[in-house]
Amino acid sequence: MAIQRDEVRRIAGLARLEIREEELDRIAAELSSVLDYAGALKRLDLAGCEPLSFAPPAAALRADEPDGRCLTAEQALAMAPEAEGGFFLVPPVIEGQDP
Amino acid sequence: MAHEAVIGLECHIQLRTRGKMFCGCPAEFGAPPDTNVCPVCLGLPGALPRANRAAVEAALRLGLALGCAIREESVFARKHYFYPDSPKNYQITQYDRPLCAGGSLPVGEAGGERRYDLERLHLEEDTGKSSHPVRAGDRAFSLVDFNRAGVPLLELVTQPVFREPAECAAFLAALRRLVRWLGVSDGDMEKGQLRCDANVSLRPAGAAALGVKTELKNLNSIRGVERGLAAEIARQRLLLEGGGVVGQATLSYDVEHDRLAVMRSKEDAHDYRYFPEPDLPVLRVVGAVLEAARAGLPELPWTRAARLVGRYGLSAHDASVLCEQRELADYYEACAAVADERLAANWVMTEVLRVLHERAGSIGEFAARVPAVRLGGLVARVAAKEIPGPLAKQVFGWMLDEEGGVDELLARHGVRAMGAATDLRPLVLEVLGEHAAAVAQVLAGSSRTLDFLVGQVMKKSRGQAAPQVVRELLETEFARRAAGESPPRAPRGGP
Repeated sequence: MAIQRDEVRRIAGLARLEIREEELDRIAAELSSVLDYAGALKRLDLAGCEPLSFAPPAAALRADEPDGRCLTAEQALAMAPEAEGGFFLVPPVIEGQDP
Repeated sequence: MAHEAVIGLECHIQLRTRGKMFCGCPAEFGAPPDTNVCPVCLGLPGALPRANRAAVEAALRLGLALGCAIREESVFARKHYFYPDSPKNYQITQYDRPLCAGGSLPVGEAGGERRYDLERLHLEEDTGKSSHPVRAGDRAFSLVDFNRAGVPLLELVTQPVFREPAECAAFLAALRRLVRWLGVSDGDMEKGQLRCDANVSLRPAGAAALGVKTELKNLNSIRGVERGLAAEIARQRLLLEGGGVVGQATLSYDVEHDRLAVMRSKEDAHDYRYFPEPDLPVLRVVGAVLEAARAGLPELPWTRAARLVGRYGLSAHDASVLCEQRELADYYEACAAVADERLAANWVMTEVLRVLHERAGSIGEFAARVPAVRLGGLVARVAAKEIPGPLAKQVFGWMLDEEGGVDELLARHGVRAMGAATDLRPLVLEVLGEHAAAVAQVLAGSSRTLDFLVGQVMKKSRGQAAPQVVRELLETEFARRAAGESPPRAPRGGP
């Protein structure tokens, strides 16, 4: 399945990735081969196979108890590019315009 | 051409759990910023979410109450979008296999409810909270607190069943009552525990096809929903009737300034790239869990209102008022168990609700001061005509701040209730003795003079007599005199 340059641009836009013009062809080819690989599964005859169960017993629901594993604000904010007064500092959340 | 509006609602209900939806951070409100966060709710690499049992149970309770079909195997999905309040760049929600589907919510007074059909009800997690943009020099930025990120939410989506903003307001009020009734959420819109988005479009009246819709986001009060929808319907109507077209858009509404604003238009509509959350197993709701949820369901507000009408002879309106809160209905029924049912309803609706309103207290706090049997005891005495209404209200006032039963309170305040005929009879005879001319007028047929005599007895009792009892005593006495019997002698000394 061939991925086109425009699709790469669109996917990059959705994923907020900056892709240079000269990278488009290479990435299109790589994504196409990933999809082809997954496509191989489609050719398998799976009639009679039960769908994979995702629910091992260990994955039962958790009890509604705080587990005391919170990070401190310092630990959490140490990962932020910028912080202020205990808050993460981010680009302004855009407000609306007249309809 | 006349247009009609078609409205569908998306409501977010913040669940009242101790911990978050997929991690063990406290879900409490009001902690210092970014202190109830961990690798799971911040979306750090390697963290594994696990669903909170209490949130699943709450979802089942609400789903069952609404008559939804419960899916035995529902699936969590990732919904991708980039926004500063979303730490993972995706939200864990449910997509094509939600926990609950269909169902309806009855809205309105007992016996006259209208059911509004629902599309679905599913579990998801809340986002963090971002501040309005702050300006510092030539830079603008927002501040984000992730304490709320990962708090359990239920999303309820209605069918496009509303035509009027007022219907939406009534629906939200009914939903708020239900989530509180079931104990799944505090449902306070001002605090964001219940939020509402509305999809609205206009079409020529009677047409089957839907017009182009806009979405109104983040309506954070019932009044905001009603007024925001009215404003958006007026805007669309003006456009369409002027020959224009409505553009698909997401809008916000500022209730204070009655102003709509575009948040995004169709061009940058989102592609959420949903896919099944690989870190979470299929959510299995097996028979036993479902049966436990069903068994734990209280009598629902609309069923209870209908029962109050049938059992106690209350009006549909009164039953609905009493079923506005589960604790209020409980209080009323405990009161009605020891007193006249209709009189108890009047007392709870007028006196108790007045006090709750004046003191901005909860029915729980009120019941701690004046337990239902205590109020019921007072109402029973009023019903037995032992205590006149005005005095009973005074006793009720004392009950709020003092200990003791009715008789104790009366004694403490030096008041003797004169409800019983034996108490009042001497006073009646005394008054008749003092007003011979008036007696003659009543015997000649003047009912206004009878009123005068009632007033005289009341005065003598210093307001402690029950007027109805006084009137009955006077009427009996006059009937006897008209029949030619001689009056018994007034005892000396008086009461």
